[in-house]
Parts: sequence; structure tokens; C-alpha cells
Amino acid sequence: MNIVVCVKYVPDAQADRTFSQDNTTDRTNVDGLLSELDEYAVEEALKLAEAGEGEVTVVTVGPDGAAEAIKKALQMGADKGVHVLDDAIHGSDAPATSLVLAEAVKKAAGGSPELVLMGLASTDGTMSVVPAMLAERLGLPQITQLSSLEIADGKVTGRRDSDAASDTLEAPLPAVVSVTDQINEPRYPSFKGIMAAKKKPVETWSLADLGVDAGQVGLESAWTKVESFTARPPREQGEIVTDEGDGGTKLAEFLAKAKLI
Amino acid sequence: MSAPNPALTKLLATDGLLEEDERDLAAVVRRFGDEKLRPHLAEWFEAGTVPARELAPELGKLGLLGMHLDGYGCAGSTATQYGLACLELEAADSGIRSLMSVQGSLAMTAIHKFGSEEQKQEWLPRMAAGEALGCFGLTEPDFGSDPAGMRTRARRDGDDWVLNGSKMWITNGPVADVAVVWAQTDDPSTSSGRGKIRGFVVPTDTPGFEATEIEHKLSLRASITGSLAFTDLRLPGDAVLPEVAGLRGPLSCLSEARFGILFGAMGAARECLEIALAYAESRKVFDKSLSGYQITQTKLADMAVELMKGTLLAIHLGRRKDAGAITNEQVSVGKLNNCREAIKIARECRTILAANGITLDYPVMRHANNLESVMTYEGTSEVHQLIIGQALTGESAFR
Ligand SMILES: Cc1cc2nc3c(=O)[nH]c(=O)nc-3n(C[C@H](O)[C@H](O)[C@H](O)COP(=O)(O)OP(=O)(O)OC[C@H]3O[C@@H](n4cnc5c(N)ncnc54)[C@H](O)[C@@H]3O)c2cc1C
Ligand SMILES: Cc1cc2nc3c(=O)[nH]c(=O)nc-3n(C[C@H](O)[C@H](O)[C@H](O)COP(=O)(O)OP(=O)(O)OC[C@H]3O[C@@H](n4cnc5c(N)ncnc54)[C@H](O)[C@@H]3O)c2cc1C
Repeated sequence: MNIVVCVKYVPDAQADRTFSQDNTTDRTNVDGLLSELDEYAVEEALKLAEAGEGEVTVVTVGPDGAAEAIKKALQMGADKGVHVLDDAIHGSDAPATSLVLAEAVKKAAGGSPELVLMGLASTDGTMSVVPAMLAERLGLPQITQLSSLEIADGKVTGRRDSDAASDTLEAPLPAVVSVTDQINEPRYPSFKGIMAAKKKPVETWSLADLGVDAGQVGLESAWTKVESFTARPPREQGEIVTDEGDGGTKLAEFLAKAKLI
Repeated sequence: MSAPNPALTKLLATDGLLEEDERDLAAVVRRFGDEKLRPHLAEWFEAGTVPARELAPELGKLGLLGMHLDGYGCAGSTATQYGLACLELEAADSGIRSLMSVQGSLAMTAIHKFGSEEQKQEWLPRMAAGEALGCFGLTEPDFGSDPAGMRTRARRDGDDWVLNGSKMWITNGPVADVAVVWAQTDDPSTSSGRGKIRGFVVPTDTPGFEATEIEHKLSLRASITGSLAFTDLRLPGDAVLPEVAGLRGPLSCLSEARFGILFGAMGAARECLEIALAYAESRKVFDKSLSGYQITQTKLADMAVELMKGTLLAIHLGRRKDAGAITNEQVSVGKLNNCREAIKIARECRTILAANGITLDYPVMRHANNLESVMTYEGTSEVHQLIIGQALTGESAFR
């Protein structure tokens, strides 16, 4: 089975994150990495490929640094990478990202992929919408947010957990599937993986290579626009409630004041 | 929790001396340390143990066990890559690096260098995967720095070998599946009746093998250390390591492990300094940050200087080893300097953390205590001074 995994390169959430002059996420002057939630999608793809036959291709849409995200996935064990890199993509919103991804996935799979795996959400935008948009653009069924996944008889089956219930969902292949951080434990790149990745093929495609019109993507054609932003205020000192026999009441007052109860 | 200190990283500027794959490897091992080791180390240290059997397969998956060896499931890394993995593991704890060193540099290296094809096939792939644990028995209760005096005897009985004696301070001994044991053989044809020292591959379930854990250690507590006793332990003739006789065998393995330690010690030092830098910045004394005082800055500057010198020395020796040009004396220079400076740094950092420094809430005193063992095993500092002294003067001052 040929699996395409969409992985995003995001600013490291452990470090300071900020916006650029044009109010888009600063992706150049910060440390970036493979979105941690996408590691689960990579791991799931590797497990499927290892269990049967198949090849895992990772696709990313992002700036120069996004090559890091591909490298990490290749070090984990993916077979090849595709980096869609074009200055015109800067500032693209989710619809535009999904448009570019759709063309890249088709080209990478040489037509229609058998399975597209994605993360639960990126750790920067965190909208969780790109998988659904991509499925729509590819005309494929989508099952999102799976915490378990099985492939058999040309179908993908999996469990989606919510607070109140667990649904078992099924779709015929090919399909677009997004997975949660409950589905597996992503492997660390091994030493051999790190060395092997250096020899794995990575293709870099521009919008022209994909036949996407630059006018359909980028900041100018985004449907939403960030007007302004303010830095999050520094965290305030916690309040210590001393229990003098009335701790419970005081706690309740505190919660009520914060409108939490 | 440790976090890279950007100012320190910038000052050291060692990244520019490393290849991309070397940096990536170091980053993976550091992350492994952050996620799988650091959250548990205080607990393991306090309990005086480590889940060696569970950790070994994880180290195996990372490809760190016997990583510098070729074939038999080993990763075939360069010496520098191996050193960097030691550095990042030891930044978490010297005990974890010891687990890796003893498995890879001592037990596996002995089998890889001197073993028969059958011994290699039987043990190396499982040891590389961390499914089988090994230990290395050289030191005895009465013979540490001078292993030539060892009392453990291997007597020929028909085709078999029969071992009697004991070993002491053996890392991984009580949890090992296989022990590489060095013993004095008998040789009736010599005037003393003694033959050469030989190595034996001893499955630890052989009757007559007994391992006892050494308790009450104040150092390297997140590591399992034991004594081994052999009582009429009978081994088939092919249990001997065929390719070496004499002390050269164990000593050449020690040289490999020493090399890993000269990187590792700098990991422990870096961790302490990173912690102390963060602490000094946030700690207020007499109304301002501890880091703003000249005395503190003198300490921090001197420590950074030694960390940088030691790290550069390690990388230099790594490159020499990869060029096939390193000498034992040079390894001694690295082991001596880097352990000595690392323990000084750890202790100095402890003064910056003051009372907090004496607890397991911070890793500095754990590291300082661990480094007492690291200075002692694989040749004490004095032994390395004697090795370097001999290289400089041509005179041996060992006896
Ligand atoms: C507060 C906020 C402000 C924004 N401001 C702007 C703006 O000013 N202008 C603008 O144009 N857009 C803006 N965006 C959209 C932003 O660019 C999105 O990050 C982007 O379109 C992808 O959506 P997402 O990161 O939320 O992905 P999600 O839908 O959360 O991602 C889910 C999965 O899709 C895949 N995926 C997502 N992105 C990629 C990628 N690039 N390459 C490969 N796989 C991918 C991954 O598998 C990922 O796990 C904003 C978003 C937010 C939340
Ligand atoms: C935690 C731990 C784990 C260990 N793991 C292993 C293991 O896995 N396998 C193994 O075989 N061994 C192991 N060892 C043993 C270690 O290698 C020895 O402790 C070390 O070689 C020193 O030997 P010793 O303790 O007997 O000291 P001694 O040899 O008794 O030395 C005592 C002192 O005398 C000094 N000295 C020795 N000779 C001279 C000289 N000629 N001139 C001047 N001074 C001298 C020494 O430097 C030291 O200061 C371990 C030790 C520790 C603490």
C-alpha cells in the first residue's frame, strides 16, 4: 500500500513564538520542527507499511526550513519526501494549503493515493480543518481523529473517541484519515534511521510544478486576515488558599469569582 | 528539567564542528533523555536501582548498543557519533551511560574483537537489540588498578574449562545474561604454573555462577553493580575468547569505554552548568539575581571555560579516533581531564544551588556523586597520570 503522510513544519512550541510584520506566523526567525502531532501519523504509516508491503511518502507545504520536517520523518523511516516550496505560498490559509496539498498528494502518488494520513491538528494553527478540506478536494472519503486504525478488505476502519461515546467508523479505500495522539507511540529516529535518511530522495516542487495558479494562494487571497495581535500577558502568580477549616468555602468562592462555577 | 541554554550553546559553538547527522543524533538522544530518563532519574537514584532490562531494548531500538561496531545487528557508527551519544546519555545520568558503555564498549567489544564466529552470532545481535544484557568482569576485591594480580583461575579439565574465583564492582552483573570474565589460566609447562589471562563468555545461568548486588552505594545509584562468584563453574572448551591471550584483551576493551567516558563526563558537566545558569538567574539574593554578582559570574565563567575546553578535547579525540590515529595516552588525557573537570563543575554548581543543590530535585549533586565513580572506573585519575607520565618520560612509575 502506498501511503502519503502530510506533515507540517511548525515553530517550536517550547521556544518563543511570534508573528512577522505582515501578521503571519513567524516561521523564519524561530526554531522549527515537525509538528509533534504529525509524528503519530508518520508512525501509523510506518506501522502499516511494515506490516505489509508499501511505501511511505511524506509531503509538506512550507518554507525552506520545512525540509527539517521531512528529514525527521525520513529518519523515522519514511521512504521519500516531497517539499512544496514557493514564495507565493507565504501567508496561505487553510483552503489554500489544502489546495496545494491536494495537487502535491496526487502528483506524489502518481494519480490517486491509497491512503492519506494526517495529524489531529497542527501545533501552530491548530484548526483541524485541513484533512477535511483535502478529502473534499481529492473527492475521497474522510475519517478524522481516529484513535485506532485497521486496514482490511479494501477498507479502513477505526475508532473515534469523544467524551460521551466511541464511534467505530469505516470507509472504503482510498481515503483521507487523520489520527490522534492516542493511536500509537511514535518511535525515535534510530541511529541507522538518521544515516539512512541522508540517502533518501526528496523532491522539491514549486506551484508551477503542481499546476497551481499563484493567485489562488498566499496572503492576498486568504479568506481570513489577522488584523492585530497582542502578546499573551505573562502568567500571574497563583493564589494560595490557606485552609483554616474553611478551605472548601474559599475554594468555591475563588472558582465563583473566576466564573468557573 | 534541563533545557539548552542559548547563551552557553552560542559560547561553546561546538555545533559548527559537528556534521548534521551528528547533531541530529545528539538531539534524538537528548530528547530520549528528556522523555524517558530525566522524569525518573531522581526516583531511580533514590531507590538505588534502574530498570535496566526495560531500558536496554529502548537503547537498542535507538541503535546505541554496540553502535560503533560493524555487523551482527550493530549500527556501525563513527567514534565521534558514539561519543556524542555517550555525552547526551550521561547528561541525563552517568549510570545510564554506564549501562550503554558496559554493554557496548566492554562486553560486546570483547566478543566482537576476540570472539569466535559462533560466539558473535549467538550474542551480538541480541545484545545490540538490548534483548540480552552483558557485563564485563575484570576487577576483583583485591585487584582493581592492577588486574594482572587477579586470583580468578581457569583450569583445563579435558576439553572443558573450570572457573573458580570472584569479581567485584561489576556493572550490570546481577541483571546480565552473559558475563565476559577474565581469568588467569593454568599452564603446567611454565615454571610458575601460570599461563596467560584469557577471556570467557559465561552465560549467567551456568551452574556455579552467582551474582550479588552491591548495596549502599552513594554514587552511580541508578546503575546496578554486583559481585560475581564462580564455584567450579564448568564451561565447554569453546567458551574461551579464541582471539586473544594476555592482559591486552581486557585493556583494549577498556580503552574503548574510556573513550566514551571522555565525552560522557562533559555531558554531566553541561547539564549541571545549564541548571546552575537558570537557577542563578531566577534566584534572588540580597534583592537581586544571583547571576548578577561578580563571584557568581567568576564561577560561571570558569566553568564554561572548562566545559568548552573539555568538549573541544573530546571532539578532537573523536576525530583522531575516526582517523585511526588515536593513542592510548591521548585517551588517558581525555579521561583524566574531562572527569576531573566535570566533577569540579558539578560541585561548583552545587554551591550556586546551595541548599536546593543537595536534593534530588536538581541533578547537580547526583551528577557530582556519580562522577566519583566515573573518575574511578576505567582507570583511576592516578592511573591515567601514570600512563601519561610514562609516555612523556619513558619511565614506568606503576611499581
Ligand atoms: C489564529 C490564526 C491566525 C491565522 N492567520 C492567518 C492569516 O493571517 N492569513 C492566512 O492566510 N492564514 C492564517 N491562518 C491559517 C494558517 O496559515 C494555517 O496554519 C494553515 O492554513 C493550516 O491550517 P492548520 O495549521 O490549522 O492545520 P490543521 O488543519 O490543524 O492541520 C491538520 C493536519 O493537516 C496537515 N497539514 C496542515 N498544514 C500542512 C502543511 N502546510 N503541509 C503539510 N501538511 C499540513 C497535517 O497533517 C496536520 O496535522 C491562521 C490560523 C490561525 C489559527
Ligand atoms: C560503580 C562502579 C562500577 C564498576 N564497574 C566495573 C565493571 O563493570 N567491571 C570491572 O571490571 N570493574 C568495574 N569497576 C571497578 C573499577 O574499575 C575499579 O574500582 C578501578 O579500576 C580501581 O580499582 P580499585 O577500586 O580496586 O582501586 P585500587 O586499585 O585499590 O586503588 C586505590 C587507590 O590507589 C591508587 N593507585 C593504584 N595504583 C597506583 C599506583 N601505581 N601509584 C599510585 N597510586 C595508585 C588508585 O588511583 C586509587 O586512588 C567499577 C567500579 C565502580 C565504582
